Amino acid sequence: MLSAEDRQLLDLISQDCRLSPEELSVRTGLSPEHIIKRIKQWEDDKVIVQYHPHINWEKTGEPQVAALIEVKVLPQRSFGFDKIAKRLIKYPQIKTVYLMSGGYDLALIIEGQSMQEVALFVAEKLATLEHIQSTATHFVLRRYKQDGVALMGQEETPERLVVSP
Amino acid sequence: MNRYLTPFVREMPPSGIRKFFDLVSTMKDVISLGVGEPDFVTPWTVRESGIYSLEQGQTMYTSNAGLLKLRQELSRYMNNAYGLEYDPEGEILITVGASEAVDLVMRALLGPEDVALIPDPSYVAYGPCAALAGARVRYVPTRAEEDFRLRVKYLEKVYTPRAKLLVLSYPNNPTGAIMTREDLLPIAKFVEEHDLLVLSDEIYADLTYKGVHTAFASLPGMRNRTLHLSGFSKAYAMTGWRVGYIAGHKDFIYGMTKIHQYTILCAPITAQHAAIDALASAEQAKREMVNIYNQRRRLMVKGFREMGLSCFEPLGAFYVFPNIKATKLSSEIFSEELLREERVAVVPGSVFGPSGEGHIRCSYAYSTDQITAALERISHFVQRRL
Repeated sequence: MLSAEDRQLLDLISQDCRLSPEELSVRTGLSPEHIIKRIKQWEDDKVIVQYHPHINWEKTGEPQVAALIEVKVLPQRSFGFDKIAKRLIKYPQIKTVYLMSGGYDLALIIEGQSMQEVALFVAEKLATLEHIQSTATHFVLRRYKQDGVALMGQEETPERLVVSP
Repeated sequence: MNRYLTPFVREMPPSGIRKFFDLVSTMKDVISLGVGEPDFVTPWTVRESGIYSLEQGQTMYTSNAGLLKLRQELSRYMNNAYGLEYDPEGEILITVGASEAVDLVMRALLGPEDVALIPDPSYVAYGPCAALAGARVRYVPTRAEEDFRLRVKYLEKVYTPRAKLLVLSYPNNPTGAIMTREDLLPIAKFVEEHDLLVLSDEIYADLTYKGVHTAFASLPGMRNRTLHLSGFSKAYAMTGWRVGYIAGHKDFIYGMTKIHQYTILCAPITAQHAAIDALASAEQAKREMVNIYNQRRRLMVKGFREMGLSCFEPLGAFYVFPNIKATKLSSEIFSEELLREERVAVVPGSVFGPSGEGHIRCSYAYSTDQITAALERISHFVQRRL
């Protein structure tokens, strides 16, 4: 379990990783030295895995296509899901790999520049892999919200009185 | 047509905040730290409950006391949070914001023979509401050196045998001061000794950043002397819904319910349904908002101290109340010149009573970007005057 202090620190970093240790110190009341030490520890332990901006690619005009792929795997003795997953994560086109409960085994998110590129990757690389029984490809039509952030424009800020008691 | 107004209303001064509001409204690009309400929108789940109740056709009056379900939930809430026990049937009244509750208590308990004791500085409505009830008011000063906590020595100074009601409002607007259990115990003793009643406005109770809030009514002997006031506006970001409540002895609640039934009838039903949901499902959202206020609070206190102004650490509500005496300006002149020169709106401390003079009230119910920008502008202003 995280302490309340640690949780607060991680929450702040996850919202804005550009906050300096000094700024984090002001917000949390913890010392900058403590914060630097704590973050270093989290980086070493891979609790903090990466710092990256959240980009709304649709707005850049850059062509980008994503698809969710349901994958059914043929279970074989001594060849578990982890082993297949380890092969899949090597492909740079595959951005996400989840082991799922329910009607299929693995969920992948694949990104490419066109539908054709993604389809070709699924047909030629993915579906032909040993132990993969079947795939179903669902293309993403529009992203409304991703990783907790609304991408389609925030609600209008309601007006407050400028001064009130 | 002014002559048709009663002399009392004619002579009643408007809230000092109003004057400032009018001034700010004429200007552009103002960063305001002058607002006494959350910048958050009511949590979605709460809004959705209000919408759902409308879809279900819940558009009628409720009973005068408010929806029983809401009173039951409040009874449970006060019990869990403070160990208070109030019967939902007869000891809790749902009001149109805590503001109506203040008015009801004053009108039910005060008359021309009575005196109300009110801490200074404090929220602008207590004095005028007591005066509207016909009572006289004596202000009890509080001091920055004592973290704006109410002290018995000052109560003793202003006490008169005609004093009937003591107002407490901690966490405090405008200072951000809190009163711990240890601070409150001598006040309770004073109340008992002088046979006073207490209006304890605890609307900011959930916005306490150190230790836990103590409800005045939970102190030994205080339950039946205290009218415990609160509401949903601050902690759940529900100012515009207008829903508050009073808990207290059944005789008091009965008396106030009579005034309420003739003047208001009931609090809006949609808001009452939303309030039920706030208690049931917005606990996490409330905690998150409190966490964010706390971060901003630290940012603002540090900002003022770095400017060279003394600023006691407020541990409640969402206000910082820095001392601006070093600039040799009065609160009002400081606030007006700051607005004209740097386009930052703050509220002069003197608006909240004479002991607020030499201070300004700055709300941190704003985003950190706005707070940072405002602090920068205030710093420029202050540096030119130190």
